[in-house]
Amino acid sequence: MSKMSLNGLMKKDGAKTVMASLLSIIIGMAAGSLIILIVGLTTPTLGVKSVWDGIRIVFAGLFTTGRDAAGALTFGFNPQMMGNMLFRATPVIMTGLSVAVANKTGLFNIGAPGQYLAGTAATLFIALSMPVEGSEMTAWLVSQGVSCAVTYPAWLVWTAAFIGGCAAGALWGAIPGLLKAILNINEVLACIMTNWIAANLVTWAFDISALKNVVENTKSGYIYKTSFNGVETAKLGLNDLFVGSQVNGGILIAAVIAVLVYIMLSKTTFGYELKACGSNRFAARYAGIKDKRSIVVSMAIAGALAGGAGALYNLAGNTEFFWSTYQSLPAVGFNGIPVALLAANNPIAVIFTGMFMSMLDICGLQLTNLTGYNEFITDVIIAVIVYLAAFSLVIKMMINKLIKKDGKESVK
Amino acid sequence: MVNVPEYVIEMLHITKEFPGIKANDDISLQLRRGEIHALLGENGAGKSTLMSVLFGLYQPDEGEIRKDGKAVKINNPNDATALHIGMVHQHFKLIDVFTVLDNIILGAEDTKLGFLSKKKARQKVTELSERYGLKVDLDAKIEDITVGMQQRVEILKMLYRDNEVLIFDEPTAVLTPQEIDELMKIMKGLAAEGKSILFITHKLNEIMAVADRCSVLRKGKYIGTVNTAETTKAELSRMMVGRDVQLVVEKKPAVPAEPVLEVTGLSVKSRLYNREAVKNVSFTAHAGEIVCIAGIDGNGQSELVHAITGLEKAAKGKVAINGQDVTNASIRQRSKAGMSHIPEDRHKHGLILDNSLEQNLVLQRYYEPQFQKAGFIRFDAVRAYAQSLIEQYDVRSGQGPVTLTRSMSGGNQQKAIIAREIDRDLPLIVAVQPTRGLDVGAIEYIHSQLVNQRDAGKAVVLVSLELDEVMNLSDRILVMYEGEIVGELDPKKTTVEELGLYMAGAKKQGKEAQA
Repeated sequence: MSKMSLNGLMKKDGAKTVMASLLSIIIGMAAGSLIILIVGLTTPTLGVKSVWDGIRIVFAGLFTTGRDAAGALTFGFNPQMMGNMLFRATPVIMTGLSVAVANKTGLFNIGAPGQYLAGTAATLFIALSMPVEGSEMTAWLVSQGVSCAVTYPAWLVWTAAFIGGCAAGALWGAIPGLLKAILNINEVLACIMTNWIAANLVTWAFDISALKNVVENTKSGYIYKTSFNGVETAKLGLNDLFVGSQVNGGILIAAVIAVLVYIMLSKTTFGYELKACGSNRFAARYAGIKDKRSIVVSMAIAGALAGGAGALYNLAGNTEFFWSTYQSLPAVGFNGIPVALLAANNPIAVIFTGMFMSMLDICGLQLTNLTGYNEFITDVIIAVIVYLAAFSLVIKMMINKLIKKDGKESVK
Repeated sequence: MVNVPEYVIEMLHITKEFPGIKANDDISLQLRRGEIHALLGENGAGKSTLMSVLFGLYQPDEGEIRKDGKAVKINNPNDATALHIGMVHQHFKLIDVFTVLDNIILGAEDTKLGFLSKKKARQKVTELSERYGLKVDLDAKIEDITVGMQQRVEILKMLYRDNEVLIFDEPTAVLTPQEIDELMKIMKGLAAEGKSILFITHKLNEIMAVADRCSVLRKGKYIGTVNTAETTKAELSRMMVGRDVQLVVEKKPAVPAEPVLEVTGLSVKSRLYNREAVKNVSFTAHAGEIVCIAGIDGNGQSELVHAITGLEKAAKGKVAINGQDVTNASIRQRSKAGMSHIPEDRHKHGLILDNSLEQNLVLQRYYEPQFQKAGFIRFDAVRAYAQSLIEQYDVRSGQGPVTLTRSMSGGNQQKAIIAREIDRDLPLIVAVQPTRGLDVGAIEYIHSQLVNQRDAGKAVVLVSLELDEVMNLSDRILVMYEGEIVGELDPKKTTVEELGLYMAGAKKQGKEAQA
């Protein structure tokens, strides 16, 4: 009986999608474990015990609490790790949403890194150019002889910076959208171009700006933290729940945005138009939907979400932005792609796949902290999962076959 | 010749069941050597399943297949090829950027020390093409040749593999009338040379013209086999549909009232060439009449419709619906001005195949207050509306409103479009080849719907390439030739021959005779 209902459940398409994603994850982690085994057995400083430790951290790194007196790994609720996981998940959920929205509307947004940078730049410029009363930065500016006659409340600066970040991302996303709508240029190519344009533009803009951190002269190449100007995302009590972690209210904002995106895509006529246009541009046009506008709007929304990722990450107050970005693109932008793929482009699922990706990050850190392995093994796991997620259709077919076989045998 | 059995292929008592449906229920089909055997049935009658069984794509649950009297097991298409069974698919399986010769030998290439050797192949293909009158240019790329020639390439592919049993799956659906005549000749030639042909179709004219015998399937069951010489179209359609089918549309005389669509001096630029695809066309469609735009494909009908419906811009001229100038209006504005549009290409324009049936049924109306509230879709209203359309217009699908449109049969996809467009109850209906590729049952249904709409006082503009449809359905015929309207004819006073002369550009009326 229970098997019957399980079979029924498995025949649902949604269930198959979830199965395919879970399977990708399990195979990815198994591959990571295998590497840990091989590396462990071939490295003299490691060994069987380290292998066992490593594998446990890959699967449960989030719940490691250190080592006991005897040197054995201990597990339990680790508020710091849990909080950091949520903190790191915030921007990845946002870029994941960015990629998912584009995919749902028939576009592939590989431009999230550029949009993320555009958002980051706009956010930082706004957050650091509107002096907040009584902030460290205002005091320092005054001491430098700069008059700060007009000051703003911190919440207003935060809001302006967040909206500015989203707007900059939207603008940057709209460019490939316009190129596709008007000139029929493939959005993937245009996105790759705009990524690097953003990387260079942002480097140049900060290079000539007055926002380079000259106060803490222990480091160079960084922009002031927004907390220098008294601007940071409210903790909303999360810091009491996850003591010692970097968590802030951004994760809740990201989750709310995910729900809003879900509602927009699946419940509104606006989402219906965007999806119709993505599935069949010609039929959408035939039905009187403005297909060109839809493409631009889709890309702008995707860009706003990626820009919002940059805004939320940099408004945390404890993050520092290394401004010389022209040689590399932010990984968080690209990580949106596997997050969206694993979530099968479902905005609600993106919340969880985003947290999963940042959990792997934490596992990597714990590998470095607690064993002789390094964090790059989790990159391998992510890579395997990305490959498998891209093949999720194939995996779905395999599941179909298995179910069929099972069904036939039970008939006999 | 004593040992040669009468039947080259026998499919005996074939049963194939899919979850929830018996696609083939105890079907027997016997193919004689050197005959053209038509397989007739409505969309979804089980023709494709039966052929897939023969071609090794499906395994039958029951029954056996015999080749030359010996039982064989066909596990996959390779087995079928080994038994010299070949198939021309409805959608050609050709590589666009390869030459004709490369496509023909693909998968059966001669090699010499591992290198491709095409000399013998070229000789053999040339021989075959001369013997069967299959004119092709061996060195042309597939993307550069006509659909008709592509089909000849598919036929040559089968002949190159020495196939004896040739299956043609709805081969005429994509062809022009001239190409169809050509194909009929080729098929007769092949049969005369001893090839056995299975001809899947639902066009009765073609069966009567070319087939020796015809087997009929209905809803997965075998109905019977008849000699075409001893039957009539009416009997065949009765066998196929299970009731008498009205092959000729019955309609009352038209009562044209006020003008609904007024087209004046319309010109449209060609997308491909630097010339006008539509030249200075003027006509009026009145409420309560069916105006048919006839012509051979590619004489500007598509461009004319696109300019009227807003899919393309007009270069010159004016389009007005109910007196309202919509020449430069958006598609949505035209639709609101009173135009519904049954598009030519139901997969490209008519439907979003990856969406559910209900989502497609509201494609033109989702923004109306009935279906949304403050921008949120009213899913219960959409579902209820879809249910009512499905019942009212008898749109059949596997799972009702939530069926994936892609999984529906062509006839039911078209019915869904017709339901959607007619139910909007707008004064003007532009229908472009609404019955293309459909079986007689569906055609009868669509024709009667269009006539009902006319009788309800709608103006119907019908674009059709089928002469029968033009003669049967229209109240007024406008013939297009090379972008111009060359004649206005009354279907009651004209003949198919005269219409043909206008369509071929051999006859032309003076300007003053145009509407």
